Amino acid sequence: MSIDSETAAKVAKLARIRVEDDALPALAAEFNTILGFIEQLGEVDVDGVEPMVSVTPMRLKRREDVVTDGDIQAKILSNAPDAREGFFAVPKVVE
Amino acid sequence: MADLGTLTIAEARDRLRAGDLTAADLTESCLAAVEAAGALNAFVHHTPEIAREQAAAADARLQAGDAPDLCGIPLGIKDLFCTRGVASQAGSRILEGFLPEYESTVTTRLWDQGAVMLGKLNMDEFAMGSSNETSTYGDVVSPWRRGNDATPLTPGGSSGGSAAAVAADLCLAATGTDTGGSIRQPAAFVGIVGLKPTYGRCSRWGIVAFASSLDQAGPMTKTVQDAAIMLGAMAGHDPKDSTSADLAVPDFEAALTGDVRGKRIGLPREYRMEGMPEEIETLWHQGAEMLRDAGAEIVDITLPHTKYALPAYYVIAPAEASSNLARYDGVRYGHRAALSQGDGVTEMYEKTRAEGFGHEVQRRVMIGTYVLSAGFYDAYYNRARKVRTLIKRDFETVFADGIDAILTPATPSAAFGLGEMGQADPVQMYLNDVFTVTVNLAGLPAISVPAGLDRQGLPLGLQLIGRPWEEADLLNDAHVLERAAGFDAKPARWWA
Repeated sequence: MSIDSETAAKVAKLARIRVEDDALPALAAEFNTILGFIEQLGEVDVDGVEPMVSVTPMRLKRREDVVTDGDIQAKILSNAPDAREGFFAVPKVVE
Repeated sequence: MADLGTLTIAEARDRLRAGDLTAADLTESCLAAVEAAGALNAFVHHTPEIAREQAAAADARLQAGDAPDLCGIPLGIKDLFCTRGVASQAGSRILEGFLPEYESTVTTRLWDQGAVMLGKLNMDEFAMGSSNETSTYGDVVSPWRRGNDATPLTPGGSSGGSAAAVAADLCLAATGTDTGGSIRQPAAFVGIVGLKPTYGRCSRWGIVAFASSLDQAGPMTKTVQDAAIMLGAMAGHDPKDSTSADLAVPDFEAALTGDVRGKRIGLPREYRMEGMPEEIETLWHQGAEMLRDAGAEIVDITLPHTKYALPAYYVIAPAEASSNLARYDGVRYGHRAALSQGDGVTEMYEKTRAEGFGHEVQRRVMIGTYVLSAGFYDAYYNRARKVRTLIKRDFETVFADGIDAILTPATPSAAFGLGEMGQADPVQMYLNDVFTVTVNLAGLPAISVPAGLDRQGLPLGLQLIGRPWEEADLLNDAHVLERAAGFDAKPARWWA
């Protein structure tokens, strides 16, 4: 499995990270090095093996279905790069 | 003022309680050491006002009697822990300016005991790295040097600031986190003790997430006894972290009996790596002899899937990271890129993440995105999770056969020079974690203990791996190894 610049561009798009076109070949080469390393997993016989879901067998705890938090709008917004009138502000979304 | 930063937690605790030392004096001594150690670049956010306030409160509590173990003990906190009103950037530009409105559970527990925060410690960006070279704050420089050679060396990573600060006696101990070896590898590189507890022993709430099924916080200290004391303060159930275990926290310090007679210690043959320096192989054998001399039985064991741990890790950790790091979008906190006329929300995400994430983080987020993408999910992600099941089974098998703990080298080499490793090939850097990463995949507790110096005069560590939830026994084994090894080397103080 080899990754070309086009696939690298697609992955960057999915990850929402801007990568300039001239950086794509080097990025693709790095992906290939890492994926080449990961390919070793293909040697392992995993027939009938369950994929791990939780590393320690535990039942997730349940709690009462009640509100335990809230009324902290100012705290929630205090770190926003742009907050207005009690909301997070983002550029216009025009389709 | 005498250099009080050289004290262990246990020594300082006893002197504070006896009244022949005040938390204020201890704190001032550490603050002065921190100020003088700018060349190490270990502390990246200094909090002297908070430290002095906490020290005054600790002194009052000590006077009143019944002060907990950590009352008045100055600590450094890895930048990954959210601390209320104090910069918490995870070593990343994307969290520039972020001031948490809340405190992580682990640090809350430390402050509740009366511990003193000196400041925040440098680290690899989002804990992704093994050399502390991916931080937005710049590299941490190890206090150790190769003899008289002034080449700057790595303190290891990702908890590189924590390791350097403890080794240089800037603080009595520090918090670290370990996703693939990020406590144990730096501890080994600088000659201190680093403990990764069982997954679920310490709450992850308020710690910036990297790979949630692998991340675990733990202490980085000068001695095994200190690790026992500090783990006791950090550990415990937290309703805010559904994966934190609802188990009693034992008195870890009381478990340090020094008696390992009859214990069965396994040496896994798969950890004998090709190309491993002979010194490390020798040290490993010496460590086994020390435990044998103390009455333990040394047993050769096999962990057949060891070889596949790193490749499985480099699927699972990036996959989880790509999901966890999706939250950094320039909307709710941290950095937002300046936008051009006409840029929409997608451009904002893409530019913000390109500017805010460093190269290694971008690479791992994209690898994670790829292995989770349609068509590759089964081939990569699911296969890696199956291999993880097999790796855990390897350990379960040897423990079921009566092995109490496993002894291995902590790292495949001593510390290397900054800039010397893995510039072209990221996989070369990943190999640093070859002995530590299996433990995260299996959720086990493990500890790195300083055991000797290599021929360049640099520290080397040995790792002990324990059964799940049996940190008390593990710490006792480590205590015996520590005493037998008698490691007492200190770096020459070139930085102050």
